[in-house]
Parts: sequence; structure tokens; C-alpha cells
Amino acid sequence: MAYIRKVFTGFILVLPLIFSSLIFSESSDYNMPIGVTDVSESIFGLHMLIFWICVVIGVIVFSIMFWSLWKYRKSKGAVAADFDDNFWLEIGWTVAATLVLVWMAVPSTQVMVEAYDDAEGEINILITGHQWKWHYEYLEDEVGFFSNLSTSQEQIDGEVPKGEFYLREVDEPLVIPTNTRVRFLITGNDVIHSWWVPDFAVKQDAIPGFINTAWTNVPEPGIFRGACTELCGIKHAFMPVVVRAVEREEFDAFIAEKVALAEEERMLTSKVWTKDELMARGESFYATNCAACHQANGQGIPPVFPSLVGSQITMFDSNKHIEILMEGVQGSAMAAFGESYSEVDIASVITYTRQAWSNGEKGDGVIVTPQDIVAYKNRIDL
Amino acid sequence: MSTVVESHDHGHHGPAKGLSRWLFTTNHKDIGTLYLWFSFIMLFIGGAMAMVIRAELFQPGLQIVQPEFFNQMTTNHGLIMVFGVIMPAFVGLANWMLPMQIGAPDMALPRLNNLSFWLLPMAFGILISTLFMPEGGPNFGWTFYAPLSTTYAPSTVNFFIFSVHIMGVSSILGSINIITTIFNMRAPGMTLMKMPLFVWSWLITAYLLIAVMPVLAGVVTMMLMDINFGTSFFNAAGGGDPVLFQHVFWFFGHPEVYIMILPAFGIVSHIIETFSRKPIFGYSSMVYAMASIAILSFVVWAHHMFTVGMPLAGELFFMYSTMLIAIPTGVKVFNWVATMFRGSITFETPMLFSIAFVALFTIGGFSGLMLAIVPADFQYHDTYFVVAHFHYVLVPGALFGIIAAAYYWLPKWTGNMYDETLGKLHFWLTFISVNVTFFPMHFVGLAGMPRRYPDYALQFADFNALISVGAFMFGLTQLLFLFIVIKTIRSGKQAKPEVWEGAGDLGLEWTLSSPPPYHSFTVQPQVK
Repeated sequence: MAYIRKVFTGFILVLPLIFSSLIFSESSDYNMPIGVTDVSESIFGLHMLIFWICVVIGVIVFSIMFWSLWKYRKSKGAVAADFDDNFWLEIGWTVAATLVLVWMAVPSTQVMVEAYDDAEGEINILITGHQWKWHYEYLEDEVGFFSNLSTSQEQIDGEVPKGEFYLREVDEPLVIPTNTRVRFLITGNDVIHSWWVPDFAVKQDAIPGFINTAWTNVPEPGIFRGACTELCGIKHAFMPVVVRAVEREEFDAFIAEKVALAEEERMLTSKVWTKDELMARGESFYATNCAACHQANGQGIPPVFPSLVGSQITMFDSNKHIEILMEGVQGSAMAAFGESYSEVDIASVITYTRQAWSNGEKGDGVIVTPQDIVAYKNRIDL
Repeated sequence: MSTVVESHDHGHHGPAKGLSRWLFTTNHKDIGTLYLWFSFIMLFIGGAMAMVIRAELFQPGLQIVQPEFFNQMTTNHGLIMVFGVIMPAFVGLANWMLPMQIGAPDMALPRLNNLSFWLLPMAFGILISTLFMPEGGPNFGWTFYAPLSTTYAPSTVNFFIFSVHIMGVSSILGSINIITTIFNMRAPGMTLMKMPLFVWSWLITAYLLIAVMPVLAGVVTMMLMDINFGTSFFNAAGGGDPVLFQHVFWFFGHPEVYIMILPAFGIVSHIIETFSRKPIFGYSSMVYAMASIAILSFVVWAHHMFTVGMPLAGELFFMYSTMLIAIPTGVKVFNWVATMFRGSITFETPMLFSIAFVALFTIGGFSGLMLAIVPADFQYHDTYFVVAHFHYVLVPGALFGIIAAAYYWLPKWTGNMYDETLGKLHFWLTFISVNVTFFPMHFVGLAGMPRRYPDYALQFADFNALISVGAFMFGLTQLLFLFIVIKTIRSGKQAKPEVWEGAGDLGLEWTLSSPPPYHSFTVQPQVK
């Protein structure tokens, strides 16, 4: 029994030591990442300072407590003293606590002032949180794109082995130049999201109707991974943030390519599209943007995500179909895609869903072209 | 009045028989028992939900539940633990102990007391029933931020709103009763500054409840209007403000946090003085500390929202005000330690839970202080570091306080001693598993795992597996607690009136027989 007790006590004493030794290692597997920016390094330093102050206070208080528990245990014949107050002691530890807090408050305020700065950046990027993906728009160059999770559903469901960057990889990362002051303007399209990159120590809520600002200045090229940190619905865990910091020249080339691509996209709208071209484009758009909710087989997850197979709208009402894609459905998870995607994308995905899953054979099989979407937009503008 | 009472048959002082005893009871002990059993049942329901969460998080990937159901589990786990376990358990303890501690026969408003309890099963029946509806239950987190909880919510959100309203009414009625009882029914000679600390803690808590429950009712009513009547309080498209929701919610939410801890402060103070055989150190500073915590709780709410984009002055104000709370809280911890210092200490189960309370609650306090530092909070916010923090103050904090109270007063309530060996076994299993569960959460949070994630990146896998193992162990251990409570009710060594050595001088409840008479003090005791 005595032996068991000794082992047990040893275990209890060692457990916190094991745990707390982990935090001393600077490995970001256990501790806050130091990050790559001046601000993230200051914040890490502040975090460790406050942590150590807490450790010291904890060691003092707990030593006195456990020493008292051991020393004044009744089984060793301790007799209780008869005091129950000491005015100066009370004043003393109140003052001491206040002083420690002032000691903490000074560097905290300094770091806060350093981190808080909403002046314009050399590069300004509008970040919009959508259910469940991020949209990035370079305000100076008026180009933008969506950034979707690229981990496959099979990995999530455990049908294939998980990759190294499971749930931390996207189809198209945000690209920013190094050694440049980059300002982020952060907002939400539907619900509140929160854009977080630990290595920059930037976390800002993306709130519909508000534009929050944050900034960073990354010294070294690299890939930095973050996450959405405000509960935003079913796929909250599946909309990671990936930022690629590159040298200025590479960044300029990237932007030039984006601008050219956007121009090409505008040309596509006026082109005459065949059904097969629309179908092919629509199928890949559907897989990236629609299948998460409506499923690859189009059957959705009723009642939250309605089935597209054999529905009145996808079979017989192409006007309503366009309207839903363009405007979204109030009070549901169906977003308005019209503002964020090109006419070609909208037209092709409508055409695809009107043809796929034998909707085409059973319904009217109407082909919707980019020109139809342009016509719809013109009608609405009137 | 007295003639009417005397004309009754005073031969029976016992309760009615059968179900009607519990349905129609106006007796403070019966209602206290109802509250405690209700919260015990809810502990297992909310705990089962935590087990689902931990089972899913045992490995990366989606194995057991889909994210839709996972979100319902996190939401309902939080709501049930906050409103269905911690709060009712404290009200149950108040019902049992306040009249006995202040020398009264019963609560001041017994019929109101019955109503305030029976509203609760209705509220939680409605809430839990939503899980079985086609669209599923609330899935927007226990903090139900708009517009996820309004425009984007399942239609069952209306049931949720109704149930929150009922819970609020129940809490307000209970608080009115407690305040009335404390102010009007104290024994002669018991001045305010002679009241037991548990009574003080509940007086302050009851005022907090009356102040903030209407705010909660207000915010859910605004949601109801937004959802059903076309208003736009929180809808940006209609000129509303989603951040307004968070301000109003946390104006309720932060005092709510102290509602869940202050009564535990009172309980632990009694237990530490009993088993240190030495009166509580710094009684008056304990009272002032609780009052300051309560007052400060109204000016710190936005520390839950440091990332919503406040101006610099706002961030700094809420950082400083939050740091101030560490002062009265620290004073309480110092006072508990000073009470143990030069005492004559024994380690019965309630004392073990109370010592663990002081140690682990303090750890939760430290992480709270770290979270108050705004720039650092940019990294901590909405990660598992926060989950670790509030579970440290709510599980080894509030819940340990409740469990300690149960062991401390169970012999008084039932007249039977609990099984000390089993009690200690329960303590050690709980103590170990609680730390295995919640301590590693600090690490996964710092390393970057956000909260409310049904699936996570691979580098968090080892810690999550460990956390889940701890959680299952913690969950199973509480079945042992249930067994011990039932065993004590049914049998056990006869408890003396003072139950604990030397407790007779510590409070009026220990002057009554064990179990106490049905109408606690029929003759008012005199407090010197």
C-alpha cells in the first residue's frame, strides 16, 4: 500500500512537470509560434513574459499552500492557531498584486500600440469571408479570386491516407510581396468569419457590413498557413487560410498574369459557347463551388441543402434558376454568386446542373449562355 | 396569522406522499433536492454530448458524426452545462443551505420557489427536443452569434429562444426569492457582516442574475424579431449591426461567468475553514473581494471580442479593466492559503476537492490573465487555449465547488456519512482525468487549433487523442459519483449533528439534527 502510494504521489508530481516542460520548448507544436514579423515576435515575447510572471506567482502561492498542507496536517499533531485577520497583510498583497499588474500592463500597451495601425498599405487586399471559402481582391489592380480548401473529401472521410497539409491547403493561396507593408481589409459576405495567420499574429473578424483592417510586413518568402477562427457554420473547419509571400518581382509577375487572365475572362463572355464547352466548364465549377453542399451527385443534404435532381427549378424554370444563382436565397446558406463570379461561370454551372443527373432528359434541357446572364444583369440594373 | 397556523393539524410535519410531494412541494429542502437531481441528470446529458465531441476528435478526419451534428453537440453541451448544470446546482445548494445557514424555517417565497424550479424541466425539454426535429437543434455555438443564429439558423432557433426565455424567468424568480429570504429572514443578531460567506456569495450572485438575465432576454427577443418579424437589429443588409449582438450578449455573458463561480467561492471558504479547524482568514476582505468582482464584471465584457475591430482606446480600456479583476481574485486565493496556514488540517473528500479547486482555479485564473493581454489574445482568441481556460475555471472551478459541497453537506442532508474511501477514489480519478483532459488543450490552442472544429490538421492528433482519453475517463468517473450519492442516501454510518469535528461553531446548519427537520428552524436561533 505504501509503495502504491509512493508511485501514485510520484505520478501526480511528475505529470505537471511533463506538461509544463513542453511549453518551454520553442517548438510551435506546443507553444505559440514566434512567427516571422516584428509584431508576431513582440507578441511572442509578451506571451512568454506574462507566462513566466504567472509561473513565478504560481510557484510562490502553491509552495506556501502545499507546504502549509504538509506542515500543519492534523495527523502530525498540528494544533490550529487562532487568528483570522491581518489588516496590513491584506493591504500588502493587494498592493503587490496591483504592482505586478502594472508591470504587465506597460509592455502589453507598447506591443498593442505597435500592432494597432490602420494606415494605408503599399498593397491593399480586400479579404471577404464566404461560407466556406475566402475571397481575395487586390484593390490596386482590381483582380481577385476565391481560395478553396483543396484537401479531398476522400481524405476527410478516411478513404485515402491524409496528406501532410491535411485541411491546411488551398487551391489558390493569397500571394503577397515580402518587405512591403500589406494592409488587409477584412469583411464577411454572409456570417461572421475570422481570418487568422499565426505567423503574422493577425487575427481579425470578417463581419458582414463592417470592414476591419489589419496589416503585416513579411521579411522572408515562405508559405504561411492559418484558419478561420469564428464559428461560421457546417464547414467552419474546412476553410483554411494559406498565404504565399514572394519577392516583389515574382509578385508583380503574379499580378500581371492575374490581370491578363481577367481580361481573357471578359472576352469569353462575348464568345459563342457550345453546350459541351459549357458542360465541361460547369462540371468543374460545380465540383469546386457547389458539391460541398449539394453533393457531387446533386442530391444535397435535405432539408438544409436541397436536392438539385429532378427539381422543378432545375428542370423547368431557367429564369428562376438564374435568379437563385445571381441573388442567393434569403435565409438559407445559398449565397449570391452573381457578384463574385463571371457570367461564363454562372452560365456554365446552370447549364451543367440542368443537364446532369438526367435533369436534361426529364426536363426542358434549356442551355443558358453567358449572354443570358448579361441580359439578366441588364434587366436588374433597369 | 398565528391562530390560523395553530388551527392546522401539527401532528405531521413531513412531506406529502408520492409524486405530489415533488410536483406541489413548497419546501426548501425538497425543491433543493429537485434542483440538485435535475442538474445531476443534465450533467450526464451534457456530458454525453461532450463524449460525442471527444469521440469525433479522437482522430483527425470525420469518423463518427458529421459537422452538422457536431456543431449541435458543441452548442448544446455548452448551453446545458451552463444553464442546466452549474446554475441549477448552485440554486439547489442555495435552497438547501440558505434557510439553514441564516436560521430560517424556509425560503421567503415558497410557491415562487416551486414555480422557478418547474420552469426548468420545461425549458430544457423544449431545448433538447429540437435535436430530434428534422432540421436539428441549435448549431451556432452557445454564444449564438448573429447572423449565424438568425438569418442562417435552422428554424428550430425559435424553440431555443423560447427556452432561453423560460430559463431566464426561472433564474430571475429564484434570485428574487433568495434576496428576499436573505434580507428578511435572518436570525436575530445575524448582521450582514456576520452572514456565512456562502450566503454572501449568493446575495451577490442573485443581484448579478437580476441585472443580466433581462439583457439575455432582450438579446434573444431581438433575434426573434429579426428572424420572424422583419427587423434588422443584427442584419447588416437592413442597416443593422452584427457586432451589437456581441456587445449585448457579452454584457450578459461576463457577469454570467461570475454567476457560475461566486457561489463556489462561498462553498470553498466554508470547507477550507472546517478542515483547517481555523476560521476563514480575512472574512471582510473576502466579502469586499466578491463585491468588487461582481461590480467589475459589468465593465469587462468586450474582452471576449478583442478581434471584432475595436478602436485602440477600447481595446486598452477592456484590457486594463480585465486585469483589475485579478486583484480581488488574487486576494481570495491568498486568503484561502492564509486560512490553511497554521491550521490543523485533515483531508476528507470535500477538502481534497476544495484544495484542487484553489490550485486549478488559480491556473484558470492565470490563463485568464494571459487572455486579457490584448495583443497576445490575437493569437489565443477562439483557439483551444480559450477552451482550456474556461474549462479550468468551470470544471475544477465551479463543478469541483459543487461536488465538494455535495460531499460536505450530504451527511447533513441525509443523516448518513458517505463512503470516505470511495469519495477519495472519486477525487483522485477526477483530479487526474480533469488535468489529462484540459491541460493539453493549452498546448493545442497555442499551436493553433481553433475551437469548434470537428476535424483538424495532423500536428494536433497526438494531443487530441490524449485529451479524448482523459475526457472518457472523466466522464466514466462521474458514474462513481452517482453511485456514491445513491449509496449515501440509502445507507451509511449515522452522521452527528455537527458532522465534521468542530463544525458546530462554524454555522447554524451544524446545530440542526442530521438529517434536519422538515421546517429547518421553527424557533429562531439567536446569533451572538
